[in-house]
Amino acid sequence: MNILVYINTSNALAKSALEVVTYASKIGGNITVVATGAADDATLAKLGEYGAQKVLVDRSASAEDAQQITRLIAKAADTTGAELIIFSHDLVAKAVAPRLSVRLKAGLISGAVDVPNTANGFVVKVNVFSGKAYGQVAVTSAKKIISLLPNSFQPAATGAACGVEAFDGAVGAAAIKVVETKKPEGAIPLPEAELVVSAGRGMKGPENWGMVEDLASALGAATACSRPVADIGWRPHHEHVGQTGVAIRPNLYIAAGISGAIQHLAGVNGSKVIVVINTDPEAPFFKAADYGVVGDAFDVLPKFTEAVKKFRASQH
Amino acid sequence: MKILVCISKSPDTTSKIAFTDGNKQFDENGVQYIVNPYDEWYALVRGLELKETLGGTLTIVTVGNAADEAIIRKALAIGADDAVRIDMEPKDAFNVAMQIAEYAKSNAFDLILTGKETINYNGSQVAGMIAEALDLPLVSLATKLDVNGSTATMEREIVGGVQVVEANLPLVVSCAKGMAEQRIPNMRGIMAARTKPLTVVAPAAIDELTSYVEYGLPAAKSAVKMIDPNNMDELVALLHNEAKVI
Ligand SMILES: Cc1cc2nc3c(=O)[nH]c(=O)nc-3n(C[C@H](O)[C@H](O)[C@H](O)COP(=O)(O)OP(=O)(O)OC[C@H]3O[C@@H](n4cnc5c(N)ncnc54)[C@H](O)[C@@H]3O)c2cc1C
Ligand SMILES: Nc1ncnc2c1ncn2[C@@H]1O[C@H](COP(=O)(O)O)[C@@H](O)[C@H]1O
Repeated sequence: MNILVYINTSNALAKSALEVVTYASKIGGNITVVATGAADDATLAKLGEYGAQKVLVDRSASAEDAQQITRLIAKAADTTGAELIIFSHDLVAKAVAPRLSVRLKAGLISGAVDVPNTANGFVVKVNVFSGKAYGQVAVTSAKKIISLLPNSFQPAATGAACGVEAFDGAVGAAAIKVVETKKPEGAIPLPEAELVVSAGRGMKGPENWGMVEDLASALGAATACSRPVADIGWRPHHEHVGQTGVAIRPNLYIAAGISGAIQHLAGVNGSKVIVVINTDPEAPFFKAADYGVVGDAFDVLPKFTEAVKKFRASQH
Repeated sequence: MKILVCISKSPDTTSKIAFTDGNKQFDENGVQYIVNPYDEWYALVRGLELKETLGGTLTIVTVGNAADEAIIRKALAIGADDAVRIDMEPKDAFNVAMQIAEYAKSNAFDLILTGKETINYNGSQVAGMIAEALDLPLVSLATKLDVNGSTATMEREIVGGVQVVEANLPLVVSCAKGMAEQRIPNMRGIMAARTKPLTVVAPAAIDELTSYVEYGLPAAKSAVKMIDPNNMDELVALLHNEAKVI
């Protein structure tokens, strides 16, 4: 099978880029990567270690414009005879993959968590009902598109570097003009974070978030919050996780002073390990937790931070 | 300005998720359907605010069967002018989007708004598919939307930040949190909704590209391990040695 994997890069390769190439190599076939963004040839060549046979790069296309990227990938799919196109289910894919699905009349599977089962057709497991269930989706079209949920596959380097070729994607004019980009310096973007410390209304007020941030910085974690906390303006909106906020699946999710409402769980139940800190032993969150601490966050968080610092120091 | 807002139904966010018919069907027993929160809170309300300041009309469209008229009336009660129901059980996102695109082709909308995603299938597919079918630009997951003449200005999420972008109308926008505040319909709205026009149109002949063949529930979590609040060293040790996450 000819497989085309799309990635967008900044200077370095994101973990999600390595995940999708690893995923493609698990499916097996001729794997070509089509890349946009700033990463140089030497960086892109490393994708060979994860299973890519070749990288095509067009640095003129901007990931901001879904129409440009759609034209680029459609052309690359045509050139390589791709039957399967793979994305990481990120913000770019959410705009581009559906467009490509219509353009190529290729069935789209969003939020895949496993490799396709081809024993009887082409069936892929996805998360549905905001992570409260899974579904098996069959694709009936000849061409197919999969958008892989981040953090579903660990990147695995097995091979050697591959060739990188400039590719003219004939992307045309951009219809979307970028006026301004605001990225907080240094902060770990929530959807990519492997460790997350989150807090809710139990923290009583924004002035108490210092202890949440202290634990996050001791761990090297991102911070998140429940919806009411963002709604009342204690924390910025982009930290709101849950059904109506960001859905995340970090390796570790620590929740302090969050009750564990079903709508909150919907955004975090894909986390590998959940730690809950709550004064109320009956808080529903404990049912979804791996480790629980019944206690006052104001007392537990600083102790937790101290223990993490001690552990980190002992590791050196 | 002519605005089209795509409305879908979703199970109430507290619904128990279960399956019947050998795990092939979602179990609707006791499930209350609501307007998908992203469609109602953000797309519809921001559309209404734009209509109120700039003038024009706001139409809602739903691909659904007669039972879905309850959610259509709710959207009309919140303030939409009229509604269109494309009469079929919604199939995959491709089919739904092509049905909406077929309808939109003959109606010259300036702005087509959708929610960020449906909270049952979480696909985030329909908006992009409509945009491609109509050859229009798409701004996905916008958290702010303003229109000035023929130009729309939006703020949207990007990985690790936000971005301000501009595009010309006509345009498709999928709407995420931040765009507007939820509106509760008042008595006058509810009364008015009863007599607002609701047109039922026959679906076009369009294929599906995907279908759900089975569902399941995630494996149950093993029991939570409780840690003494005065022994955080133990918690850290467990996270390192047992869970292997730090
Ligand atoms: C349609 C819909 C969508 C929604 N979407 C989301 C969503 O995306 N994300 C989301 O988070 N919510 C969402 N909600 C809201 C959700 O239902 C809950 O109301 C919300 O998650 C509660 O936030 P909380 O846990 O911070 O606050 P509370 O429910 O007030 O819980 C506070 C918790 O802190 C504990 N506590 C108090 N003091 C302390 C202390 N000193 N130390 C430790 N613990 C303490 C309490 O025991 C309690 O469990 C949604 C609701 C609806 C209807
Ligand atoms: N059956 C439907 N009828 C009308 N609009 C829909 C329908 N299904 C989805 N949509 C719209 O498309 C958006 C994204 O849906 P999805 O691609 O399924 O996540 C929703 O928020 C709605 O605005």
